Amino acid sequence: MKITFPHMGNMHIAIKALLEGLKLEVIPPPPISQKTFELGIKNSPEFACMPLKINVGNFIEALENGADTIVMAGGWGPCRFGYYAQIEKEILNDLGYDFDMVILEAPDSKIQELLKQLKAIGQNVTFWEFLKTVKYAWHKLNSVEELEKKLEHILPRTIEKNKAEQIYEQGLKKIDKARDKNEVDWHTKQSLAEMDKLPRHQEKILKIGLIGEIYTILEPSANYKIANYMAGLNAEVTRSVYTSEWVNDHLLGGLVKPSNHQKILKSSKPYLNYSVGGHGRETVGNAVDFARKSFDGIVQIGPLTCMPEIVAQSVLGVVSREENIPCMTLYFDEHSGTAGIYTRLEAFIDMLRRKETGQIATI
Amino acid sequence: MNHYLGVDIGSVSGNFVLLDQFGKLKSKLYLRTQGNPVKAIQDGYTFIKNNLSNTTRINGVGVTGSGRHLAAILLGADVVKNEITAHAVAASSLFPAVRTIIEIGGQDSKIIILRNAIVHDFAMNTVCAAGTGSFLDQQSARLNIPIEDFGQHAIKSSQAVRIAGRCGVFAESDMIHKQQMGYPVEDIIMGLCEALVRNYLNNVGKGKKIEAPVVFQGGVAANAGLKKAFSKVLNLPIEVPEHYEVMGAIGVAVLAREHIEHSYIPTVFKGDDFIMDGDFKSKSFECSGCPNICEIVCIKRDDEILAYWGDRCKKWETSINEPARNKLRVV
Repeated sequence: MKITFPHMGNMHIAIKALLEGLKLEVIPPPPISQKTFELGIKNSPEFACMPLKINVGNFIEALENGADTIVMAGGWGPCRFGYYAQIEKEILNDLGYDFDMVILEAPDSKIQELLKQLKAIGQNVTFWEFLKTVKYAWHKLNSVEELEKKLEHILPRTIEKNKAEQIYEQGLKKIDKARDKNEVDWHTKQSLAEMDKLPRHQEKILKIGLIGEIYTILEPSANYKIANYMAGLNAEVTRSVYTSEWVNDHLLGGLVKPSNHQKILKSSKPYLNYSVGGHGRETVGNAVDFARKSFDGIVQIGPLTCMPEIVAQSVLGVVSREENIPCMTLYFDEHSGTAGIYTRLEAFIDMLRRKETGQIATI
Repeated sequence: MNHYLGVDIGSVSGNFVLLDQFGKLKSKLYLRTQGNPVKAIQDGYTFIKNNLSNTTRINGVGVTGSGRHLAAILLGADVVKNEITAHAVAASSLFPAVRTIIEIGGQDSKIIILRNAIVHDFAMNTVCAAGTGSFLDQQSARLNIPIEDFGQHAIKSSQAVRIAGRCGVFAESDMIHKQQMGYPVEDIIMGLCEALVRNYLNNVGKGKKIEAPVVFQGGVAANAGLKKAFSKVLNLPIEVPEHYEVMGAIGVAVLAREHIEHSYIPTVFKGDDFIMDGDFKSKSFECSGCPNICEIVCIKRDDEILAYWGDRCKKWETSINEPARNKLRVV
């Protein structure tokens, strides 16, 4: 059995560790590229959102590389996503690929169910081996996230922006290759220390909250790396979603680390009192949360046609007025030109900076 | 005398202005880029240069518009700014009390809301260019009326016909339908103006609070019919500045002046010889380094490579030495 899975940000590092621990041969899809987009767009329904198209592209590329089993999340939510595994299976079958699809009926179900499903995929894995590998994958996930958070902190503050990105990319590769916990820890520590050493500037750092649809937030190639772009303008971007928090809240029932999911849902009141599908309510709650933490501005992102985010967007106008925080919304689909996106972001950052200091940043 | 050059290279036009050290406009030029921004920059600069007396000197350069990166490389720019900021700066330096800016250009349209001379909120058209200059251009060509006279025809109308404003294609088929029914052309054009205003308010304005004073600028502000339609629909007086068509360029020239005067950094302007004598060429190729297959553009002056762009990994962009690149950094 040669197993593969869809990309979502840096999650592949932890998933790979998990599946390898279950004694499976893993063939991760190649990194998301223009080719992935083209394959996905060509073979998906036109009105589907970008995440589905990228998934399809991932699967085709992995199957071409020899994978014969796909693991995909399913379930009854959180939005159209609940059907994506089935649709993707149909699309790939129509294209003539021969493969098995394992759909983890995970999100928000009971943790025991998920663990049972995962263990069932494994090849003769004992219970203790299974627990150990889950723990190890969780550790890799958290180490990767330490790097991500460090980059978010350093990138807007350093003058060596390219260098910071390089250290981060190399750090990820080393964590991916590491064979045990000690190696992971060592490489994480090294990369963090290297980033800390980069020279910094003294300019004022703006704080931006990035909210919206989870895939678009976590997968940089689905949002044209806008977080790094804003960091280039000396704005620190804090995401509303980190992979480990999502796994903790939705897969592990909030048991592994303290969760602020309930607090976020509460913050959405009185602006949005009901679930509107997807993470629409979380988006509103996070906007309120960022505003109350005195962030300078909020950027909402999502794939074009994302209904939950459209609902949230219509509520954000009121949040922006009442909580006194500027909001901007960007939807992403297949563009080849990034100029329009960057022009709007630059204008947004200028606006925030002028409000803050009365100055427009020139070179 | 110190002067500041502002250049706005847009989708349809290239605009050039020269401000003196007190911010007064000394000369301006509006010319169509006709798909060749490099030539437009060279021609525009030559025109501005020929109008200069020998004692004047260009002490700073600002560039904006979708062609700003290219202009920055050709001219050597002290300030590279997006169009929204540039338009807001220009309008608020001429009308300090302005609260709403309507800007309609060749391919995009914007609304900028200001409070206390600071940008408070803005929006730009996203997927649809139905209400912009290019569409008007196309319709004026179809009706065989020069675009310069389009607005004058419109305001002759006493009764505008109803035209669908939702989409450019629908608007055109409505116009053809009304024309075949025999409605006078003035009424059809005025109807189109009102449709564009509705389209703008729905697609760009999206419920933002439009308060007076309202300034209407950008190339399309030349159209008196649109000014009248905006005034009618919003029920507010609409101000069109004297130099409405070059406001973006004025904005970056003002920013260039602020930058030079506040930072004491000498200008990076490359001078006459560089721009007027050089033979600028661009070349594009596909990078085969990874499956992204980025389309890389290389800008050259004679045999010297000035810039690369288009690569996601920045492999090409960073292959040019650091100091040269720093000057081009876009903030």
